[in-house]
Formats: sequence, structure tokens, C-alpha cells
Amino acid sequence: MSNTNQFAATFLQEAAEQLALIEEIILEVEENPHDSESINRLFRVFHTIKGSGSMFGFDKVAEFTHHVETILDKVRNGLIPISKELVNVILAAKDQISQMLKGDDACVGLLDGRADLIARLNALQAANGESASAAVPEIAKATEGAKSASVTTYQIHFRPEAGILTRGLDPSVLLQDLRVLGPCQITAKTEAVPLLDQCKPEFCGFCWDIQLTTDCGIAAIKDVFIFVEDDSEIIINALPAVETVTAPSASSIAPVIEKQVKSETVVKVAPTAKNTSNAKAGAANGKSANSHKNGGADGSVRVPSERLDRLVNLLGELVINQSRLTQVASRFDCPELSAPTEDLERLVAEFRDIVLGIRMMPIGTTFSRFKRLVHDLSDELGKEIDLVTEGAETELDKTVIDQLGDPLVHLIRNSIDHGIAKPDERERLGKPRRGAIRLAACHEGAHVAIKIEDDGEGIDKEAVRAKAIEKKLITPEAVLSDRELFNLIFLPGFSTAKAITNVSGRGVGMDVVKRQIDALRGSVEVSSQLGVGTCITLTLPLTLAIIDGLLVEVDKDQFIIPMALVTENVELAADQRTCHNGRNLLPVRGEQIPYLRLRDIFDITGAEQPVERVVIANVVGNRVGLVVDRVLGSHQTVIQSLGRLYQNIEVASGATIMGDGRVALILDVPGLVHYTESQAALS
Amino acid sequence: MSKKIMTADDSASMRQMISFTLKQAGYDVVEAEHGKDALGKLGSSPVDMLITDLNMPVMDGLELIRQVRTLPQGKYIPIVMLTTESQAGKKQEGKSAGATGWIVKPFTPEQLVAVVKKVLP
Repeated sequence: MSNTNQFAATFLQEAAEQLALIEEIILEVEENPHDSESINRLFRVFHTIKGSGSMFGFDKVAEFTHHVETILDKVRNGLIPISKELVNVILAAKDQISQMLKGDDACVGLLDGRADLIARLNALQAANGESASAAVPEIAKATEGAKSASVTTYQIHFRPEAGILTRGLDPSVLLQDLRVLGPCQITAKTEAVPLLDQCKPEFCGFCWDIQLTTDCGIAAIKDVFIFVEDDSEIIINALPAVETVTAPSASSIAPVIEKQVKSETVVKVAPTAKNTSNAKAGAANGKSANSHKNGGADGSVRVPSERLDRLVNLLGELVINQSRLTQVASRFDCPELSAPTEDLERLVAEFRDIVLGIRMMPIGTTFSRFKRLVHDLSDELGKEIDLVTEGAETELDKTVIDQLGDPLVHLIRNSIDHGIAKPDERERLGKPRRGAIRLAACHEGAHVAIKIEDDGEGIDKEAVRAKAIEKKLITPEAVLSDRELFNLIFLPGFSTAKAITNVSGRGVGMDVVKRQIDALRGSVEVSSQLGVGTCITLTLPLTLAIIDGLLVEVDKDQFIIPMALVTENVELAADQRTCHNGRNLLPVRGEQIPYLRLRDIFDITGAEQPVERVVIANVVGNRVGLVVDRVLGSHQTVIQSLGRLYQNIEVASGATIMGDGRVALILDVPGLVHYTESQAALS
Repeated sequence: MSKKIMTADDSASMRQMISFTLKQAGYDVVEAEHGKDALGKLGSSPVDMLITDLNMPVMDGLELIRQVRTLPQGKYIPIVMLTTESQAGKKQEGKSAGATGWIVKPFTPEQLVAVVKKVLP
């Protein structure tokens, strides 16, 4: 059934969110064991997973979750204290559930994990003098199929509790239900109904005697009264078959009861009728009633991200077309055209901001998973570390957030493993036993800066230097600034860790981080002080859909250089070009900066300019000049990805369509450098 | 005009399932994420019936039922609560709060419609 699948998909998504919550809450509880609201929340989360899981066919998940729920119920009632083991079991149970949701039956090995966890849960309860959780009691299924074959007549006496109406139950509905089961003769008894002036709308004084002939069995009749059986007087007796055939007195009364039942229904219906007329009046206003209803329903809507991507793509096209239109309109001095064009420009700009805003998500969703990481890793390595997060509400493009997880995991692992020493060691160094990692995000212009800061041992510059020399990355004589030195750790195969631990130190780390951040058009900065700590700053663009670029021109071709990389522009006169060892070098304030000529790379013919421009860009901490004919200015543009055939081109990361319809390539500067180097190596 | 039923549940999948099932059965459905949300929405547009989960953040189901019963537009409407088998005691608590009936999770769409038909005139 596809509907069930659809609900199951929603459930899985929701469960994933709930599971992430578990982690967050349990770690909060560990820090603050007396926070009863957190414990309640935790219980609620497991309860929801259990309830919804059982609804959508995840029976095993529901069954397993039941055990966790049981213990949490005892925890919130103060019967079992919060302990390290409890936290660990719950975290493990969370992982178990998440595995089960991923594969359910597919992974048989996990069933053992389940048994083990249940045993641990039970042990915890036993240790606190509580009996272990019983298995989920078998849920009584609906009494359908319990049809007894024989047709029987029942004499039913039904005196509802006087306050039945205040519980929202209309006894006439129950009588209606009985009629569904078979032919009914219903007699109303009105002795207990007070006189009109003493009548209260909430008071139900009626009582009914019913003769029902049915083949559904007594269980079905009881089922009708299921919601009222505890408080009302209900007597059901099976009558011998003969009596039912002739019951003249009852049949003659029937119309009277019908009337009574109906009159009561009318009273109840009255307010509904009023609603109807109101609604009709509303309907006259067209959709206004409807939109008002929707307006009241705040909250959020789940939208598949492909649809958002499509929207962003369309937006790109729209922005481009709009700027073409603006350019065309500027050619005619025609107010009839320029006025709406300007309006359109304003609308499109607003539209763009809103659409890009939709893709923004708070980075906190990523942060929460690191609490668990820090908890588990510091445990494993025998360290005591607190994670402090700041700026969780900082918003970033969803794509960026999705791809940010791995690099951040790497960096935090590094801090835990290499940065922060064991408690005894720290104490010896005069630091608090507990180390701290600060994960902070904040907006910086069109960028978001994420800082991962620890109060650990810092990076030993001499060790980095020695390692770099050993790996022949630098010559022993090389004079490097601190920044250049730290940037060495981003080179492939570089690792200064003395021993490879389970956690890090395989030399695949920082270069991967660097590459991932580059792919997001961001940058990484390291600063560190030996013995004080290390701070790594990631700078990321707010969105990947729009790029702030510097528009440059070589002959008639235009290119865009990502503004984030550009540091300055200088002039290059023809006689200034010097050549050393086949490399183009340009002296800028005493520094020799290598440069590339776009004219050469893209084989652009045409007259060379007497004075060219050099745009100096930052590539992995090194400065590289790009020689162009003209710098046209900054240009915010929507990135269009290149067609399938051109997707593997190293030198361009995308393209954009200019207002006049021309295509401008967006340069991938690190790729450009790499390409030139490999070309030079070939020749 | 079709009857309007409100479902209050913090679980989106439950809301989706209940909403879908009831709409198929010809009812109008209003969704609420928790008790407070439900009360707010009830204030602006009355419904003919309420189906509520018990465990919800912000305001749980029992409190919601109590509050709804104090409202003129909620005094007589049927209120059905969703419980799990482990909450037997809750059934009684729910009834004293003013619940009309209950549905035990897990339930099928057919059972849901059957219960709605049972209490909604």
C-alpha cells in the first residue's frame, strides 16, 4: 500500500530527528541529572518512536523501544538514578534503534546487540531494586471476526451516566451504532428527566431498553458501549429466540423513541447549522475563508530538497533574464519600458533573497551531533573534555551544512586526539583537568566563520618543520612564516602524530578537510600557540548558488574570479615582466608573486594590452597573480553549472550568463594553478 | 458540509496518517502539533471532534482535554485520545479529564474511522 509507505517515509524522517534529539537531551541530562524536564522530554521522544513505530509496521523497533521507555519511566519517577551506565545504554539503544530503522531485519547481527542492551537495561533496573520490564503485552486486536454464527436477540438496558454529555458523547450515536448491528427496538425511559424549568443541558436523564436481534455476538454489542461501560449502567441479556418474534408493545412504542432521539439530535445540531451558514457567508468571499484557515496554521512545511534546487535554478535563469532585459531597456530612452523594468528588478532581487533564504538552515543541526562525538571519543581516550557551542542559530545554505559535517568531525577529532592531553598531563601543565573545545559560528559579511578552538597543547612549529623537511616538502633552509608553516599540515600525507591511534593520525585528515572546504568555496586558517591551544577557522560562503566575483576581461572574453580569493589588483607593464626559470614572477612590495596569463591558458588571440592587470588571489596560503586585460568590477552572479561534457574541466567551476547574453566562465583558481603546473611538468 | 476533526499529535507521521485516513472518509481535518497549538486553532475555528495524543511537548493531551472542556466550543464535542497499551492508567485519567473515548496504538485506518463514527453524530 503506497500510503503506508508514504507514512513510513515520514516516520523514518521524523524518527531520525527524534533520535538526534535523544543524543542532545541525554547529554544534557548527564550534565544536569536533576533536570526533570529533560528527562520528561527524553521519555516523550522514546514514547513517540514507540507509538509511531508500531503504527507504521516497525514492530521490532517499537518492542525494543518499549524496554527503554520502561526504564525512563522509572527514571522520571525517581526510582532509578541517572548514572554513567544509564547514559551509555541509552546512547547505545539510540544507535541500535537508528540501525534497526535503517535496515530493520536485514542486519541479523544487530539482533544480538538488542538482546545485550535489553540485558543491560534489565541489569540497571535490578540494581535499583526494580523488576525488569515485561515484554510488550499483546495488544488486543479489534473484535472483528468474532462473529458468532447464530442469530440471537438481546435485551439491553442502558442508563448512561448523567454527565455523559459533558464527555462529548451523544447517547443517540450509540443507539445508532446498535441499529447497525441488527434490527432494534428501542424504548426510552424518561422518568429521570427533570421538568422543563429544571432541565440542564449537561444533564442526561434518559435511559433506554433495547431489544436487538443480531448475529454479531455479545462482544460486538459490548464494543458499542466500550467508551461508557465503566460509568454507565449496561445490562445485556440474551433472550430465548421465541420471545423476540412477538413483541407488539415494543414495536408500537418505537416511533415515540425515534421522535425523542431526533428531538435531542436537533438541539445538538443547532450550533452546527449556525456554523454552516457562517461558512457559506465566508465562501462568498471566494478563497478568503480558506486562506484565513491556512494563515492560522503556522509551523513549517516539508519540501523535498530537489524541488528547492529546481526553484533556485529557475531563480538563476530569472535573474539572468532580468539583467538582460535591464540592459536592453537602458538602450531605449523609453519610460514606459524602463519603469516596469526597474520594478521587475526590485521584485526579482527580493524574490532572490527569499528563495535563497528558504535554503538557509541553522548550523545548530550539525553542532548537536558533535556533543556525542566528544562524549564518546573523550571516553575512549580517557580524557575529560567539554564541548561548548556558540552561534548555533547562524544560518547557512543547506548544501553547505550537509557537506560541512565531515570536515568538522575531522577537526574536532584532531582536537580531542592531538590537541587536548589526558587529565593528569594537563594538571601537570597547570591547566584545568577538563579540556574544552569551543565550536562557534558567526556571520562575517557574506560569509560564515566557524571556529574550532581548543585549549590543548597547540601545534609544535618545530615538529611541523622537521616533518616537512623529512617529507621533502620544504628545504631545510626555507624561511617560512607561522602561517605558511601551519598551512603545511594541509598537504597530503602530512601527519605529526607520534602514534596512529584509533581516532586519527593516519595522515589523511587535514588535506581532506582542506579539499572539502575548497569544494565549498571556503577557506581554512590555522592559528596556534604551543601550550595554549589551537584555533582553526573555516570561512564559508553563505550560499553556493550565488557568487560574489570580480569580473575581468581578456580581449573579448569575460571571466569571473571568486571574490573570496581576491586580495588585490596591480598593474603589469610589458617591460615589467621578468622570467625566472620558466616561471613568471612579479615583484609586489618586495614579494615575488608567481603569475599566470589567462590569455595563454585560454589561447586567446588578439592584440595584447601595453599595460595589463594582475589580480592577486590567495590559493592555499600562497599568492598567485592572474593576468588579464581589464578588471571590470565586482559582480554578483548566479552560478550555472557547466554541461555534462564540460563538467570535468579543472579550470572553471561553473559559468554565468551576462546581461548581454555572453557566457562568462567562473574560474577555479586552485584548479587553474594545478592545471598550469601539470602542463609545465608535461613540457 | 463535512464534519471537521482536529488531530493533535507531535508526531508528523501520525498526523499525516490520521489526516489522510479521515480525509478519505470524507472529513475535514485540522492538524495541531501540541496542546497549545490545538487550543489556539480551536479558538479561531471550532471543530466537531478532537483526536489527541497524550504525550506531547508544550502542553500534553490531558491538559488539552481539560482546557477544551472549559471552552464553549469544546464543551460537548467528542474527544478521543490516543494511548499505548502501557498507559492503562492514563485511560482513567483521560476520562476524568473529559475524554470521550480512546484508541490504542497501534491501530489501523479502519479502526480509526470506526471509532470516529462511534462518537461523532
